[in-house]
Amino acid sequence: MRRYNNRLGIRGWIYAGNYGLERYLYFLHRISGLGLIFYLLLHIGVTSARIYGGAAWEQTMSLLSGPAFKLGEYVLMAGAIFHAANGLRLIITELGMCIGTPGRQEYPYVSSVRKQRRLMIVVMIIIAVLLLISGVDFFIL
Amino acid sequence: MANFRIQRYDPEKDSRPYFQTYEVPVEQGMSILDCLFYIKERLDATLSFRASCRMGICGSCAMYINGLPRLACETQATSLATDTIEVRPLPNYEIIKDLVVDLSPLFEKHQRVRPWIIPYELEELDRPTKEYVQSPAELEKYLQFAYCLKCGLCLAACPTMATDNEFIGPQALAQAFRYNSDTRDGGDAERIAVVDTLHGLWRCHMAGACAEVCPKGVDPALAIQLMKREAVFGKKKERARLVDPRCGVTPLPGIPKAPEPTVKRSEGKR
Ligand code: SF4
Ligand code: FES
Repeated sequence: MRRYNNRLGIRGWIYAGNYGLERYLYFLHRISGLGLIFYLLLHIGVTSARIYGGAAWEQTMSLLSGPAFKLGEYVLMAGAIFHAANGLRLIITELGMCIGTPGRQEYPYVSSVRKQRRLMIVVMIIIAVLLLISGVDFFIL
Repeated sequence: MANFRIQRYDPEKDSRPYFQTYEVPVEQGMSILDCLFYIKERLDATLSFRASCRMGICGSCAMYINGLPRLACETQATSLATDTIEVRPLPNYEIIKDLVVDLSPLFEKHQRVRPWIIPYELEELDRPTKEYVQSPAELEKYLQFAYCLKCGLCLAACPTMATDNEFIGPQALAQAFRYNSDTRDGGDAERIAVVDTLHGLWRCHMAGACAEVCPKGVDPALAIQLMKREAVFGKKKERARLVDPRCGVTPLPGIPKAPEPTVKRSEGKR
């Protein structure tokens, strides 16, 4: 009998319903991680221009000094800040901290995600502050 | 009156699912399952869905209702606070017909983690001479996870499940932890060999969606993180004491053979 495959695929990372913020941080964490890896490869590629002599190096560097590049640098930095701070939150929770302990459940249930939510909010505030400071440093100072 | 937008799919006729709308006179106290029965009995007998207990015990009526996987029988229609109610089959499974999905991957993965007590003394299992004693505190280490219905909502919610077919999934991982945490059980090593793998424990990144949707407060996310902690730091397993029963036990001389199973186990099939 024919079946219809209802697996969500990558769409399911981005949106799958009215869940808490944590499920969307999962997606952001993946994307920022992939972005950082992509940047690393690009970085290695670009800086290796130096092998072809000083002139080639100067030329690539002048290519990389427009305002668009500055914005790109900021996005990269934002990705790194998010990935690092959220990664710390994940390490804390994945080692069983800040998520509560097993016990009898009474309705309405308070799940482990709810228990770590305060930690998540603190981490998000830290990320926002770091983004603000680095934004001021990048574009204004 | 509420408008029910229901996803339909008939494998014999349709190449892809489509939506059909029904009007249901919703009253206070009607669950989504009641509404589906209303549709089936009075408006459209061809609508297929699965249900049995109507009281949140069998786990048959799991569906995707207004943006979240939920049990239809435990969801009050008025609690959704809208006149448009959308009901779809659970994501991340194959649709058999309309709202009925094939849950066999869930059961197969559940079976893979050996969800039963593997005692230290096999002889004691076959011919019990003593009693296991377990304190209330020891019971509470796993009781929460023992309430799992196998409804499959958590797999529908999990973002890893959305792309990784092979992921063991929150339900089975929680059950691995439930048995590993039981003081009567000595099967840790066998289960760790199944879950401490590429598509096991470490594919979970604490999105927490499983814990949010679980209708029984099982909290698979909690079980998985605690199991990761044990995998990293190791654990000292308490062992249930065996004590002589107060009135003594006379083991039966010949324990009769179990009757032939009435349902054939489909080995090899998935
Ligand atoms: S853990 Fe909860 S959501 Fe998952 S199958 Fe068991 S009862 Fe259903
Ligand atoms: S019908 Fe049994 S859980 Fe809903």
